Amino acid sequence: MEILQVKDLKLYYKTLYGMAKAVDGVSFTVRKGETLGIAGESGCGKTTLGLGLVLRKPPMVWCGGQAFIEDTDLMNLDEKSMRKLRYEKISIIPQYAMDALNPTKKIRQIIQDLLKEHKQRYEEKQELLTERLTLINLNKKILDMYPIELSGGMRQRLVMVISTLLNPKLLISDEITSALDVSTQKTVIQTLYQMKKKGFMDSLIFITHDLSLLYQIADRVMIMYAGKVAEIGEIQDIVDNPLHPYTRALIGSLPRIGVRYHETKLKGIHGYPPNLLKIGPACRFKERCPMAFNKCEENPPIFRVNAQEVACWLYEEGERV
Amino acid sequence: MNFSRPKGRDCSEVIFLRKYLLKKILIYVLTFFFAATINWAIPRFMPGNPIHFLIARFATLPESAKVLQSYFTQAFGLDRPLMEQYVNFWRAFFKGDLGISIYLYPQPVLKVILRSLPYTVLLLLPAIIVSFVIGNRFGAFVARKKYLDNIALPIFYTLTAAPYFWFGILLAWLFGVVLKVFPIAGAYSFAMTPSFSWRFVSNYLYHWILPFSSLVLVMLGGWAIGMRNMIIYELEANYSRYMEALGSSQSLIRRYAYRNAILPQVTGLAIQLGTAVAGTLTTEIVFSYPGIGYILMQGILNQDYFLIQGCFLFIIVGVLIANFIVDILYLIIDPRIRKSYTGEI
Amino acid sequence: MNLKEFVYFFLRNKKIITALCILGLLALVSIFGPFLTSYDPLEFASAPYQPPNRQHWLGTNTFGQDLFTQTVYGLRSSLLVGLFGGGLATIIGLIIGFLAGYRGGWFDEILMMLTNILMVIPTLALLIIIAAYLPYRGVLIQSVIIGLTAWPWTARAVRAQTLSLKTREFVDLARITATRSSKIIFQEIMPNMMSYVFMVFILQFGGAILAATGLDFIGLGPTRGISLGIMLQQATLWNAIQLGMWWWVVTPGALITLVVATLYIMNTGLDEVFNPRLREM
Repeated sequence: MEILQVKDLKLYYKTLYGMAKAVDGVSFTVRKGETLGIAGESGCGKTTLGLGLVLRKPPMVWCGGQAFIEDTDLMNLDEKSMRKLRYEKISIIPQYAMDALNPTKKIRQIIQDLLKEHKQRYEEKQELLTERLTLINLNKKILDMYPIELSGGMRQRLVMVISTLLNPKLLISDEITSALDVSTQKTVIQTLYQMKKKGFMDSLIFITHDLSLLYQIADRVMIMYAGKVAEIGEIQDIVDNPLHPYTRALIGSLPRIGVRYHETKLKGIHGYPPNLLKIGPACRFKERCPMAFNKCEENPPIFRVNAQEVACWLYEEGERV
Repeated sequence: MNFSRPKGRDCSEVIFLRKYLLKKILIYVLTFFFAATINWAIPRFMPGNPIHFLIARFATLPESAKVLQSYFTQAFGLDRPLMEQYVNFWRAFFKGDLGISIYLYPQPVLKVILRSLPYTVLLLLPAIIVSFVIGNRFGAFVARKKYLDNIALPIFYTLTAAPYFWFGILLAWLFGVVLKVFPIAGAYSFAMTPSFSWRFVSNYLYHWILPFSSLVLVMLGGWAIGMRNMIIYELEANYSRYMEALGSSQSLIRRYAYRNAILPQVTGLAIQLGTAVAGTLTTEIVFSYPGIGYILMQGILNQDYFLIQGCFLFIIVGVLIANFIVDILYLIIDPRIRKSYTGEI
Repeated sequence: MNLKEFVYFFLRNKKIITALCILGLLALVSIFGPFLTSYDPLEFASAPYQPPNRQHWLGTNTFGQDLFTQTVYGLRSSLLVGLFGGGLATIIGLIIGFLAGYRGGWFDEILMMLTNILMVIPTLALLIIIAAYLPYRGVLIQSVIIGLTAWPWTARAVRAQTLSLKTREFVDLARITATRSSKIIFQEIMPNMMSYVFMVFILQFGGAILAATGLDFIGLGPTRGISLGIMLQQATLWNAIQLGMWWWVVTPGALITLVVATLYIMNTGLDEVFNPRLREM
């Protein structure tokens, strides 16, 4: 059963020099109860995608495609219904979770107001809230404090609880670990895993630039490159058998323990992603691709190879999706 | 468990507050000291020796010349060493001796000023408060509403760019001369004497309304512009985006933004105080309103230097007190200052 | 922000273009206006109490002086005070704020203490006490005393800017490579502050005009000559509105308001150019 079905979604940024095609015809699904990881370099459109599902504000504009959450198209919904849907069905832990709370309001007040907007009574949720705060190691006394009185890490965990208080069908976690050190990253991911196991949310989209983190939490992975899907598949398949040359390069560039630089040259990816303002008809990875051939002058469709989906002409014999 | 509440927290908060306020008071005392010293130094060290110039000018008036000359020499203590003059100046100040007014000879300056002070305060304070409240509401209301903003912004800019007294003149002309609905001179009718009777108070309010409205209108523009800009900034802040992503309505987000935007506006209150005082002084002149501004101009026109200097000191003291009140107000409404000392727990 | 973006937003910003046109027009009037009139601003021109008519475009006052002549001369002195007074305040504020921010230490402490003290004292009060003791006052002297009293907030703002620029990489780099201080200041920090300083100057320009008008009105304007503030002071002293002579008060005040409002709007426009967050998309 699919919770989210995204079809050919296009989210562009209006800029002085024209449209920047940050998300350009992306299709994927999120199944009930699963964690989908989205990975790629910065600027590949993963954050735009995550944000765009919840809230599109100028300069971001929707330029086509659909995104169904249980038969409701998020892209063609009036503002009022969309507002109701946010938080109740689809929620987000933003990149800036550490300062996502108004510094001059008491935390209890913030939560009360957020709940009231969804016609929920704070008193009814109070017990649940306390229980969940305990789970993430926060005393309920913090409810009477101001966000500035908490440390950055505490604020982030608090936001994780607030975002999931209404048990959304889908939670989008956007680069929540990028500002943290490795040991804290691990704690945060464990917390997120716990939250999902205890049913705070049904499904999870975990956005990160760090592929190694996905291995710890994701069921399936979507690799994005320059606004397009490069490859989608089960995490184990992607790691064991990456198909797209970009995925291979990404996995190859992960440092491995026991491998020393002078023994095996670290495989970085050379060059830079294309300018999203000037995108030609060719495959977007062509310039950096070690396997590029004449077919790559044309943008590849998505082919299905076993359980994986890959956008690369090397797999033309696979079934077109 | 990495959460712990420091013990004796309320106690440390009090200590912090006391330290904070003491520091503020120290700065204000220093400021007053500095201003009073300028007040003392300017007549003595200004190029062209103004006191001698002054004495020379009054020497042409046959009867008063002698009295005045000896009075000036004595009052400024010009025949003494500078240090002693300075000490005497402070001694006199603490005795409340600000000299004798020449324009209203022989009334003491302090008496003249204390008589006009209530008129200024009762005009200025309500004007500041009312304009602050209305201006901020207006500014918050128009922010990020394209069409409304385009109409309102030029109006606010015109208001804030107009000299206070010019606006007063326009209102006086429109309501006093053309429509003849409000009086345009004095704080009460000529035939009355100040008292706490209903007749006097209503007459006072009747005279008060025009200068008051003109002050409110001009001040309002500045607050509205400031608030509009702050709200735009706050609506872009992360917490606003997060609330929106969780489906909050624009009205709640704006309410939160307003709460935060009002804080810098309160700081702005302290900064704008000087301008507001200046505006009140000039507006009083327009309406021949017997406050500090009006007697200050009389002092200037009549070269009554003791009166001018006395007014200066009173204005400084008033502004310093108001600044202190704003500081306390800020402490009450912004938890960040109160709580920041605890740092990260 | 690169030059192309700057030019694009600058020319596309309606606020800036409108403001530039108005200011240019007013500057032209103040420069060439005196050639359009055959009267002297302070001399008896013809019958007093005349409302605007063909001969006296803005009417005459109680003394039979031509108000159009007074207005163009007054506009000239107002713009001069704005230019000199605002310019001086900007320069002093720039130097003090910059030195305080760049040198730091006790130097910074003392300068900022002085700045904070001067910020609390109302400028007009300070101006009054200084101007009252000046036996002779001209436009230039007025500009100087305004410049000398209006700099504190600029100094504070510039200091904050300097502090933030000082810690940027390019300045660090210059310092590591033992570049001379003056070179760092003029080649690295100054160019980055120019946009900001220009906006400060515009605000100071308007502030100086308003301060001068207030001084003139309270009786401490130029002892000789005419200004828009003096026109308003005389109009009030001689009961212009009670006598129904609206033409004596409307134009001078409206001109001041126009100049200052235009400057403010230009400032907002520039803010939008330099600060993308405020831009309307």
